Amino acid sequence: MTTLFTNARLIDPEGDRDAPGWLLLKDGVIADVGFDAAPDAPDGAALVDCAGKCLAPGIVDIGVKVCEPGERHKESYRSAGLAAAAGGVTTMVTRPDTLPAIDTPEVLEFVRRRANEVAPVNVLPMAALTKGRAGREMTELGFLMDAGAVAFTDCDRVIADTKVFSRALTYAKALGALTIAHVQEPGLSAGAAATSGKFATLRGLSSVTPMAERMGLDRDIALLEMTGAAYHADQITTARALPALERAKANGINITAGTSIHHLTLNTLDVADYRTFFKVKPPLRDEEDRMATVEAIGTGLIDIISSMHTPQDEESKRLPFEEAASGAVALQTLLPAALRLYHADNLSLPQLFRALSMNPAKRLGLASGRLAKGAPADLVLFDAHAPLILDRFALLSKSKNTPFDGARMQGKVLATYVAGERVFG
Amino acid sequence: MSYPHRHLLGIEPLRPEEITTILDLAEQYVTLNRSSAKHSEALAGLTQINMFFENSTRTQASFELAGKRLGADVMNMAMQASSIKKGETLIDTALTLNAMHPDLLVVRHPNSGAVDLLAQKVNCAVLNAGDGRHEHPTQALLDALTIRRAKGRLHRLSIAICGDIAHSRVARSNILLLGKMENRVRLVGPPTLVPGAFREFGVEVFDDMREGLRDVDVVMMLRLQKERMDGGFIPSEREYFHRYGLDAEKLSFAKEDAIVMHPGPMNRGVEIDGEIADDINRSVIQEQVEMGVAVRMAAMDLLARNHRARAQPEGVMV
Repeated sequence: MTTLFTNARLIDPEGDRDAPGWLLLKDGVIADVGFDAAPDAPDGAALVDCAGKCLAPGIVDIGVKVCEPGERHKESYRSAGLAAAAGGVTTMVTRPDTLPAIDTPEVLEFVRRRANEVAPVNVLPMAALTKGRAGREMTELGFLMDAGAVAFTDCDRVIADTKVFSRALTYAKALGALTIAHVQEPGLSAGAAATSGKFATLRGLSSVTPMAERMGLDRDIALLEMTGAAYHADQITTARALPALERAKANGINITAGTSIHHLTLNTLDVADYRTFFKVKPPLRDEEDRMATVEAIGTGLIDIISSMHTPQDEESKRLPFEEAASGAVALQTLLPAALRLYHADNLSLPQLFRALSMNPAKRLGLASGRLAKGAPADLVLFDAHAPLILDRFALLSKSKNTPFDGARMQGKVLATYVAGERVFG
Repeated sequence: MSYPHRHLLGIEPLRPEEITTILDLAEQYVTLNRSSAKHSEALAGLTQINMFFENSTRTQASFELAGKRLGADVMNMAMQASSIKKGETLIDTALTLNAMHPDLLVVRHPNSGAVDLLAQKVNCAVLNAGDGRHEHPTQALLDALTIRRAKGRLHRLSIAICGDIAHSRVARSNILLLGKMENRVRLVGPPTLVPGAFREFGVEVFDDMREGLRDVDVVMMLRLQKERMDGGFIPSEREYFHRYGLDAEKLSFAKEDAIVMHPGPMNRGVEIDGEIADDINRSVIQEQVEMGVAVRMAAMDLLARNHRARAQPEGVMV
C-alpha cells in the first residue's frame, strides 16, 4: 500500500525542523520525505492532503499501565490500544505492575499474545526486575528478554536493598538489558501523598521533601558507576535532581531520564480541595520545579516525556486523599497536554517530539520515532490549534481518572498510522 | 448577621466578620447555658447525626449537648464499630445516611480532607469536627471566644501555640483564625514537630520555649499526638517535658496576666505541668470546655438557618 501525504507541516525532531513538506509511505515504511515541492503521486497511491496540519512521528510511550492480567475492568489491551491510537501513541511500552506482576516468561507471553490480538498499535512489554516486584530476587532476565521484554523495571517500587539492586544491574549489564527505576529515597517518601511545603502543610497531608528524588538518583548513579549498566530514571520532576543528572551524563554514564506529562503541566496547587485525580506518584511539585523540568526537556537533559498512563477505577479514587490510589490516565491527553507547552512558548514542536517519539525509540533501539527514509511509517497527523474541552467520559480508556476533566486544551489527533495502516481517524 | 456558607468545613474560607458573627451569637448561648432553662428551639424538628470515625468523648459530648439544647433530634453513630469495618467506603456510608434526610452532619475523620469529600456527596449541612491534620474549626472558634472574653479583644494579641504543631488540626485552624483577626502568632516546639513550611503562614517559629513565650498574652498548649506519630519525632517524653513542657518557670517569661489554654485531653507531665493546668488564676482550660458548647450551638444555629432557607416550603430539599 502506498500513500502520499502532501501539504503537511512536517515535525522532524531529528533534523529539528518544523516546515511544510510531503511524505511518501510504502509497504509500512517511510519511502521518502521532503521539504520541497511534492512529487507526483505514484500510480495507485492514496493521496492525503494534510491541509497544513502537523505530521509527526508517532509517540513512543514508555510506562503505560494496562491492567491485564488481573484488573481488566480498569483497562484492557483493547481499550488502551484504542485510546493510544486516538491519542497519537503508536507504540505503548507497557508496565509490569499488574496483578500478578509480569515477572515470568509465561506471563509475558500471555501479555504479548493478548496485546497482538486486540491492540491496534505496537505494544512492547517491560518485565519486572525482581520477582513479584518485591525487591529481593531478580527475575529471569535472560528468558524474559528472549520472550520479548524490552526493559526491566519494578515501576514505582524502589529496590531499597542496594545489594539486590547492584546485582540486578550487574546481571542486566551482561545481557545488555535496560533497567528503568523510580528515583525516590524510600524511607523519606514512605506514605507521602504530597510534596512538602506550604500547600501540604495547609491541607494537613503527609508529604515528602523534593530532596528525596535527588537522594534516590544519587544512589542509583553511584551504582551505575560501579556496574556500568544501562539505566533510565522514569520520572525526574525536581530542580534539585537535575545537576546530578547532568554530571552523570557528562561523565559518560549510560543514563537517560524521563518525566511525566503531568509533572510538566500541573503543579501541587492543582490538588486544591483534595482532588484525588491529581494524586500521582511522585506527587505533583511546586511551580519552580515544574518550570525547571520543562526547561530540562528543552535542553535535552531530560530525554523523554511519558504519559505514565495509570488507570484507576472510580472506587479507588473516591476516597480521602491519603487513602486514594495514585495515578492518572493519559494516553489520549498526552498530546494536547504537551501542546500546552508549545502554545505557552516553552518548547517547539520538534523539541516536543524529540522527547515524545525520537528519544524513547532510540533508547529502546527502535527504528521508529523519526521522519526518515526507511523508518516504520508510525505517524500522527494532528491539528495543533483545534480547541477542545476535555470530557473524561468521552475517553476511550475504561478508567476515566484524568486530571484534565473539563480543561480547555488545544490539539486534536486527526489520524494515526501504525506501519502505514490507518488505525485512527 | 452574616454567615453565607452551607457548611463549616474549616476556618480557611471564613472572613473575619463571619468569625465575629459566630462568636457574637455564641455569647448569647453562653448566657442561655448559664441560666436554669437551658433550652432553645433553634433546631426544633431538625435531625443531627454525629458521625465519629475517630474516638472522641469530649468533642462528641459537646456536639451532642449543643444539639439537644437547641432542640434537635440527635443521633450518635460510632463509625469505628460499624460498617467501616465491613469495608463500606466513606462515600457509601454518606449516601446511606443522606437517604435518611438528616439536616446536620457532624463529622470527625482520621484523614485530612475526608469531611470535604463527604460534604460533596450529601444534601445537608456538614460540620467538620476534625479531619486528620487538616482543620478543627469549632475548636479554633471556642479558643477565640475564650481569648476574647479573657482579654477583652481578639486582635493585636501575641499568642504562642506550643508543642506538636505538625500533627495538629487544632494548630492549623488556630493559626488561620488568629491570623485573620490580626494577631501575632508564634509557634513553639522542637523543629521535628514544627516544620519550617509553617513560616510561610506569616507566623514566627521558635525552638526555644522561653524565647517563644517572652511577653505573650496567650499560651496555647497542644497535646502530644502520640497516635498520629509514626515514631522518632522526639527522643522521649521526659526530655520533651523538660524542654517544651509548660511549667511555672517557663510561663514566667510570658506576660504576667497571660492565660494558659489547652484543647484537652491533657497529658500532664508531658506537655503541661499539673499545677499550671489547675491554677485558676492562669488556666482557662475549663472555660474552653464551656465555650465549646456555646460555639457549637452558634455554628449549628447559623447552619440550620441557611439550611432551612434553602429548603422549599414543603420541606423538600432543592
